[in-house]
Amino acid sequence: MGTTLPLQMTVNGALTDSDVEPRMLLVHYIRDELGLTGTHVGCDTSNCGACTCLVDGESVKSCTVLAVQAAGAEVTTIEGMIGEDGEMHPLQEGFWAQHGLQCGYCTPGMIMAAADLIERHGPGPISDADVRKGLEGNLCRCTGYQNIVKAVQAAAEAMGAVAA
Amino acid sequence: MSILEEAPAKHVGQSIRRKEDPRLITGRAKYVDDITVHGVLHMTIVRSPEAHAKIVSIDTSAALAMPGIKAIFTGDDLGDLVAPLPMAWAPPGVEIKTPERWPLARGKVSHVGDAVAMVIGDDKYVVADAAQAVRVEYEVLPVVVDVEEALKDETLVHESLGTNKTHEWSMGGGDVERAIAEADVVVQRRIVNHRTAGASIEPRGVIADYRQGSLTVWSSTQVPHLLRLFYAVQMGISEDHVRVIAPEVGGGFGGKLQVCAEETLCAWASKKLSRPVKWIETRSENLAVTHHGRDQVDYVRMAATSDGTITAFHAKIIQDCGAYFGLLTPMIPELGAFVQTGCYKIANVQTDIVGVLTNKYLTDAIRGAGRPEMTHMLEVTIDQLAVELGMDPLELRRKNFIPKEEFPYETPYGIVYDSGDYELTLDRALDILDLDAFRAEQAQLREQGIYRGVGFSTYTEICGLAPSRAVGPKGFGLGIGLYESALVRVHPTGSVSVFTGSSPHGQGHETGFAQIIADRLGVDPSVVEIIHGDTATGPMGLGTYGSRSLSVGGVAAAHAAEKLAQKCKAIVAFNLEAAVEDIEVVSGRFQLAGDPDQSMTLAEVAGCAYIDASAMPEGMELGLEQTLIYDPQNFVFPFGTHICVVDVDATTGKVEIVRWIAVDDCGPAVNPMLIDGQVHGGVAHGIGQALYEQIVYDERGQLVTGTFMDYALPTANEIPTFELDRTETPSPSNSLGVKGIGEAGTIAATPAIVNAVIDALRGEGVTYIDMPLTPLRVWQALQEARGDGGGPRATEQGVALPDQGEGSAGSGPTKPEGGAA
Repeated sequence: MGTTLPLQMTVNGALTDSDVEPRMLLVHYIRDELGLTGTHVGCDTSNCGACTCLVDGESVKSCTVLAVQAAGAEVTTIEGMIGEDGEMHPLQEGFWAQHGLQCGYCTPGMIMAAADLIERHGPGPISDADVRKGLEGNLCRCTGYQNIVKAVQAAAEAMGAVAA
Repeated sequence: MSILEEAPAKHVGQSIRRKEDPRLITGRAKYVDDITVHGVLHMTIVRSPEAHAKIVSIDTSAALAMPGIKAIFTGDDLGDLVAPLPMAWAPPGVEIKTPERWPLARGKVSHVGDAVAMVIGDDKYVVADAAQAVRVEYEVLPVVVDVEEALKDETLVHESLGTNKTHEWSMGGGDVERAIAEADVVVQRRIVNHRTAGASIEPRGVIADYRQGSLTVWSSTQVPHLLRLFYAVQMGISEDHVRVIAPEVGGGFGGKLQVCAEETLCAWASKKLSRPVKWIETRSENLAVTHHGRDQVDYVRMAATSDGTITAFHAKIIQDCGAYFGLLTPMIPELGAFVQTGCYKIANVQTDIVGVLTNKYLTDAIRGAGRPEMTHMLEVTIDQLAVELGMDPLELRRKNFIPKEEFPYETPYGIVYDSGDYELTLDRALDILDLDAFRAEQAQLREQGIYRGVGFSTYTEICGLAPSRAVGPKGFGLGIGLYESALVRVHPTGSVSVFTGSSPHGQGHETGFAQIIADRLGVDPSVVEIIHGDTATGPMGLGTYGSRSLSVGGVAAAHAAEKLAQKCKAIVAFNLEAAVEDIEVVSGRFQLAGDPDQSMTLAEVAGCAYIDASAMPEGMELGLEQTLIYDPQNFVFPFGTHICVVDVDATTGKVEIVRWIAVDDCGPAVNPMLIDGQVHGGVAHGIGQALYEQIVYDERGQLVTGTFMDYALPTANEIPTFELDRTETPSPSNSLGVKGIGEAGTIAATPAIVNAVIDALRGEGVTYIDMPLTPLRVWQALQEARGDGGGPRATEQGVALPDQGEGSAGSGPTKPEGGAA
């Protein structure tokens, strides 16, 4: 173990305070230090997106961010998507209802990327092409993507209905 | 739903939401890397950068001196292993030369990524650092990567074998040579089915914990029971002291149907160090040393009379095995041979397979395993034949279809197809396409400079592995039969646990199997828990691959539940003072026929069986539990029609899929939503191979496509919206009538795409292109067809060859541009 640096951030609403190696990846901090194993590692090269989480509201691939780069940030992982009342997020509900997952390994990253996509697009109806383009950075080997697209569209509509 | 409430009568056939999803969409699922074992050590592997070399020396001293490093082991340290890694196919009467494959290389390496040493330490960063500090001196040996070059035996992969040719296997029916000699038309093609990766998004991972003579292993595997069996053989630990757990598994696609070096290494090291040991694969390792698939050079000849009756089909398959065998490597093309005649009545058929070693990683079963390759040859060649005959490719197919009245149908190989109605799926798919409208649109677009084409694939495949006598040691030669087990346990309050030997990794067993059980025991699927992937809980099972889970494992569970239901009926009859044959399962209850007031719930029946023995018939065993092994009597043969519509950009060569229509028949649906999902994913896998994905080695045996930056998995942007329909032709092979669907899309897909691209460009003179149909290849084919030059002949591999086996360039080396999208 080399030199460590103090690191504070807010993860899923809770303040974390640790000493970490400067080279520690954010995804390893989330998984190994905080025990939030819903964020997965699939490729190490920023291609698959299984490690996607939100840093200050924007989706990032946490395998390509150093933990110390997220100092002071607000980080949201899949575990933070459930409401305080235990209600599933519309994206979680959408993926379940539309059979948007099979093995589930890419799913947390897909959901986090889709959350950012809907945020940028604005809730409400969103086209098939926009969803496909928006999720280009996330790979799924099981589903052929069709039901993922439907899940995101359903969630965006549900969120739009609430917003309206 | 409470277990005391009434359940609806029938759950099979409903698209109910998956029971497994809540944990997966909330981040609560536990894959191997999510499991923490106290005191765990981390392992990483030093891998060969050379494709073929003697190991002169290994210096671990600097690495061992690094802080946090506990141990480093090399092949010399593992002398106590009883057996090398397994290959499980020994067909009677066939000589197979199997190179010994040890978990760590002994004396030499034979492919890039061959494991040379394992480094074990306190954390994953530290072992990665130390692996860099292990100094290995290599004496480089000559390398052979081209499979047809390897066949010449000028450079040997394993000197000890004396040849690169591992085995030859032939099967014939009728007289192919005579039929070809007498035919009006014969087409010959050389078709390359290139090397691909399974590429599950979860890489492999293993944790082994050896304590006091007992071994517990968590592995991202499709075959936990087979792994346990192998541990017993290789490490000399009896099976009762070995527990293998496949926790949540993040996709397999065949890549985890393997007994892996790393599984042995973790277990061996845990025993040696008395600490749990964990290894998690990187993606670069996954692309280098999780087995690859496909990789054949195929020479085909198809003969017909001038009226379009196909009289013969000969396939000579040169299989690139890579440097070693995995569990099933030499068997893969043979699996395809069993459906060489596809949907067609072809009287004369011959398969000649030769296995060849090269300095690349081993190939083995990847989604479809031999059947995609065979279906590709057959369906592409039929289109080529149609052109030669001047016949419509669909008319040619229809003319040769096995009529539905002729099922069960015995092929010239003695394989008995269970059921089929090929015209029906083709008609249904054409209804969706509207071929006349398509052709009009195609002509109109051509005037606008848009090259649109349509391609068809009418397939049948063999799955539901497998009748144990037919495939076992004295039959086809597998090391074990492929039955499946189920244990159905009704608890005292009426909830149900079902233990299956099938081992899912995304398929949805927990939902589909629960639907089947629920209907048989009169409960809601929500109170039926499907438990899988733990050798300590359920009976011996064979795992999930080969589209076998439902038609073998599901049927096992159904039969066990039916036996239990019989016992339930006897208990109900006793309590209602009625005859057993008058009790039926209706609306979630065991009921006296025609009298809803006279009934008992499963919970009430369980109360008799566990709590109030006086409510049990005299002499009946207490409890409600049934274990059952189901061994299928025949395979199952799903079928269907896939139609692909493409636009080809003639300027860039880029292929865009405009429509995909699939009508599949896998018998009666248990959960239609799950079937559609399997078809979506299966076709996407085929699209990946046809257009984007390729494992590429250069001429020195270096892996060029070692990350997802180079190995191009399709994204959502490359996959179309599928238009699906189904027909339901029950299989007589099992009591549910079901067939497999996991691989069907992958098996069907690639020829539809290739045929579509050729259809789009035929007017330009393009007659054939090998996969992957990258922009470069398509553009080159167009240039060549138009006589514009444009570099190497992209289509030469498909041109008719005068002499079988006298090929030109092989499947590798291939230029890296083919792999990137």
